[in-house]
Amino acid sequence: MIEVIWLLPLAPAVAGLAGLLVPLRRRRAATALGLTGIGVALVSSLILAVAGTTASARRVLADFGDIVVEANLIAEPVAAYVAVAVTVVAWLVQLYSTAYLRDDERYVPYAAQVSLFTAAMLLVVTADDLILLLVGWEVMGACSYLLIGHDRRLREAPTAAVKAFLVTRVGDVGLLLGIVVLGVHFGTFNITALLLAIPLADPGVLLAAGLPILAGAIGKSAQFPLHTWLPDAMAGPTPVSALIHAATMVAAGAYLLYRLLPLFTSDLLGLVLAMIAAVTMVTAALAALASDDLKRVLAWSTVSQVAFMFAGIAVAAGDAAMFHLLSHAAFKALLFLGAGAVIHMVASNAMFRMGGLRRGAPVTFWTMTLGFAALAGLPPLSGFWSKEGILAAAAAADTSAGTIVLWAGIVTVGITAAYATRAWLRTFFADRRSPARPHDPGPAMWIPLVVLSVPTVLLGAAGFVGPVAVVELHVWPTVPVLAVAALGAGGMWWRWRANPAVDPVTGRAAAFAADGFGFDGVQDRLVTRPLRGLARAVRRGDTGLVDGAVEGVGRSTSAMAALVAQAHTAGVPRHLLSALAGVAVIVLVGLAAYWGGFA
Amino acid sequence: MTFVLLSTVVLPTLGGLVAMAVRNRVGAWIATGFAVAAVVAAAVLPVAASDGPLWHRFDVPWVEPLGLRFDLGVDGISYPLIVLTAGLTVLCCLHVLVTDTPRGAQLIALLLAVEVGIVGVFLSMNLVVFFVFFEVVLLPMYAIIAFWGGANRRHAAVKFALYTLLGSLLLLVGVFVVVSGTGTGDIVALTQSRGAGMSDRTQLLAFALLGVGFAIKSPLWPLHTWLPDAHTEAPTVGSVMLAGVLLKMGTYGLIRVGLGVTPAGVEAAQGVLTVLAVAAIIVGGLVCLAQTELKRLIAYSSVGHMGFVLLGIATLSSVGVNAALYGNIAHGLITGLLFFLVGAIKDTTGTGDLDRLGGLRDVAPRLAGVLGFAALASLGLPGLAGFWGEAFTVYAAFDVFDDWGAVAAVLAALGAALAAAYLLRMLRKVSHGPPSTAVSPVDDATTTSQVVLWAPLVLAIVAFGIMPWVLLDGFTGDLLEWITR
Repeated sequence: MIEVIWLLPLAPAVAGLAGLLVPLRRRRAATALGLTGIGVALVSSLILAVAGTTASARRVLADFGDIVVEANLIAEPVAAYVAVAVTVVAWLVQLYSTAYLRDDERYVPYAAQVSLFTAAMLLVVTADDLILLLVGWEVMGACSYLLIGHDRRLREAPTAAVKAFLVTRVGDVGLLLGIVVLGVHFGTFNITALLLAIPLADPGVLLAAGLPILAGAIGKSAQFPLHTWLPDAMAGPTPVSALIHAATMVAAGAYLLYRLLPLFTSDLLGLVLAMIAAVTMVTAALAALASDDLKRVLAWSTVSQVAFMFAGIAVAAGDAAMFHLLSHAAFKALLFLGAGAVIHMVASNAMFRMGGLRRGAPVTFWTMTLGFAALAGLPPLSGFWSKEGILAAAAAADTSAGTIVLWAGIVTVGITAAYATRAWLRTFFADRRSPARPHDPGPAMWIPLVVLSVPTVLLGAAGFVGPVAVVELHVWPTVPVLAVAALGAGGMWWRWRANPAVDPVTGRAAAFAADGFGFDGVQDRLVTRPLRGLARAVRRGDTGLVDGAVEGVGRSTSAMAALVAQAHTAGVPRHLLSALAGVAVIVLVGLAAYWGGFA
Repeated sequence: MTFVLLSTVVLPTLGGLVAMAVRNRVGAWIATGFAVAAVVAAAVLPVAASDGPLWHRFDVPWVEPLGLRFDLGVDGISYPLIVLTAGLTVLCCLHVLVTDTPRGAQLIALLLAVEVGIVGVFLSMNLVVFFVFFEVVLLPMYAIIAFWGGANRRHAAVKFALYTLLGSLLLLVGVFVVVSGTGTGDIVALTQSRGAGMSDRTQLLAFALLGVGFAIKSPLWPLHTWLPDAHTEAPTVGSVMLAGVLLKMGTYGLIRVGLGVTPAGVEAAQGVLTVLAVAAIIVGGLVCLAQTELKRLIAYSSVGHMGFVLLGIATLSSVGVNAALYGNIAHGLITGLLFFLVGAIKDTTGTGDLDRLGGLRDVAPRLAGVLGFAALASLGLPGLAGFWGEAFTVYAAFDVFDDWGAVAAVLAALGAALAAAYLLRMLRKVSHGPPSTAVSPVDDATTTSQVVLWAPLVLAIVAFGIMPWVLLDGFTGDLLEWITR
């Protein structure tokens, strides 16, 4: 009898693998497989969430002699909650995609890849063995690569897909090394056992393991300086952006840090984390403020919001970070799916093509309004409570890490309110800037919007009950946070009202920010180009020197052979002569030996 | 069961003779039948296995006055390699039949001759027999490249033959050193006694000679340059056999003979081996990143992957050797599949120039899909076969050596990221974008029959990715214990 917990990764995995074999025209079969596989996982994760901590039996997966990899899963209540969030969003995305990709001839493999992705994410959530976690982690990255490159009409899609995979893979090198350090030092990959052993361990070892693992989390969660792939990843279909590049995979970095929280409680790692989170949350929010592409606004916003989760880890407030993960999953998935509906209406991602869409598309308008409000941190929506939880923990923490993230967080809250307001106004208000008639999408697309708006509004309650009960309201920092948010939103509204037809954020500085502060160029000059140059040089060296030596030996041997052969191609008389000479030499040598022997 | 043991080499021999005698499609099919029978024979080797260091052994006197014995045996280390060899041979035979290659019967006969040699190497438990089988492979492989290869095939074939012949000569001298020093060629006995009879210096000399011989075959950087030429010019089946199993004779030799017979020698050379292995990983990856020819790219990727295998061996630890053995099998499956794929692409488009390819997934989605799968497997994606060997090589390097081991581990891990870079670049150039003029005429239907042919490889790559214990439990045994003491 297989345990329920195993259904989490296995049911979508089987559905995904089977889906890869479905012929391209059998769309219904693909839909059925996708919805069933993730549906089974959804039900199972609900069971786990009710059941409390559940663990599977331990099985040996790979025995390398000195170290063993085990196939075992565990779901504590928080993990079960995350699993519920993942499966709900994934199921809705599958449903939404049936309509969004109605005319796409490669829908069938797409649906299968979404299922495989979900399985991989669930493996990360439930794995109790670091190697098993790594399997899910990287399969997730591979699915992300496939799904970003899905749209063949977009010229930039393949490049964006490669960039996403490579940048995260660089982080994954760190993750593997960190896991290896833990494995070598503690002799096990079992997370439960490691968590017991870590508090007693040598701080040097923890630093040696923690820093590279942090690199892995930064890559996956698109934090500075490995954030450059996420805005480009918006080349993927919008439902994929909702699932992978907002609600789940990008948050997996924060989840990993939460899972290994005792590893990151040292002052030094906390400070490193805090600085990364602070830089990321502010700059990404500014980029979101300046971008005109609705999906890129949401992408930069994701980078910034995930930085809040990292900030929570930096002040050792793991539950607060996970609470923000859950609420962010709800409102960001809602916003992306809503953006998909908008993009369907106007056939463009650009906000200068939108405007005036609130009339005629009430479901899209009202659900997205809730999403934007939650993002901006309007009480009593979920986003307010979850950000509040992190900032309150930062204020309570008496460390420099706490101070850094608190002030960065307050600044970011203001910018966030401003860009959420801007996107909301630019999309739905003023006059229409495109000839398309506003309309709500079909039920397969609006049902997910409505369903997701429920947790967007109500999830705040989870901050008071259940395993992530983290919210306690205080005047500090709640009042300044609310004031800053009101200032950001109000200021943006005031600027916009002066002339609703134009973008309230323009100028060269804005263009620079929208371009990610030119960081792509830095990365290109510092990493990509030198690496290419090195590769070319090594290739030349390998063919010129290493193989050149081999070919040179070959050629010179042939040349010498030719010379010798020439010497041997004389006429018969010279052969006779040389033969006689040879005989004479042999006889002389023989005689010399004879006499010498007797002398 | 010695009957089954012998039939793994006798059946392909008979098949080859039939194909040579009956040089038409009938003969080719009969020979393929023999190859299939050989796979069955190889697969059932674990049946009725004995408990000792070897599952089965066939040990008879051969040249009595010289004390030479004809000694074959099989254990958990050689078994998967034998099945891999026999299986890939069948796929290659079927590929020859499906694509209707000219002079197919002769080609199949040569393929079977190669199989006999390689399986013989994996079975040999006597150093002289090992050397004899090692040499059996050379000439048929030379003929496959020289007669069925591409435009520049003669040069590549001669380079292959001469270069590896040089290695063989050193190998022969090494065998002589061992046999004269210990008075026996019995690999099992020598492994058990850790090469008793040879001083440490003699062991180092013997290993230096043997090691260079194996290094050329594997091939290990910087002795690898015969490989890109041979692969680029060889016909598809030639590349598959070369990369899939022929190279494994080198790494297998390093483990079975190097670690087994001259352990003190390997220990003395550990530092050199480690440096060379890391260099191979990095150099192989960088060269691939700047490569413009499809087959050459895959060929160079073998240099990097074999670097991982060597690094695993160089750690001399249980984890490292297990990882090396795993990587050996995984590389055989994955690179075998990749050469089938790039061979099909080159045959149908007429070019291997990366700049002239593109848009394959629009024209031949199945072919492009399998190519994408193989590339992901080759870059060591966890969950597929390539992961276990490389990840645990990194682990072993970190575990065994001190600070320098950490450096080696970090560089090897970066090499894995490099592999992702060049393989995704390859996919980007071949599969994505609008179809190029070379790719446009490709017909999905013609490649589909080949896709079916590759299904066993795909299945095996997935199976060994998610069920690593199947192989690892097999490796466990006396021999592994002796060589990692």
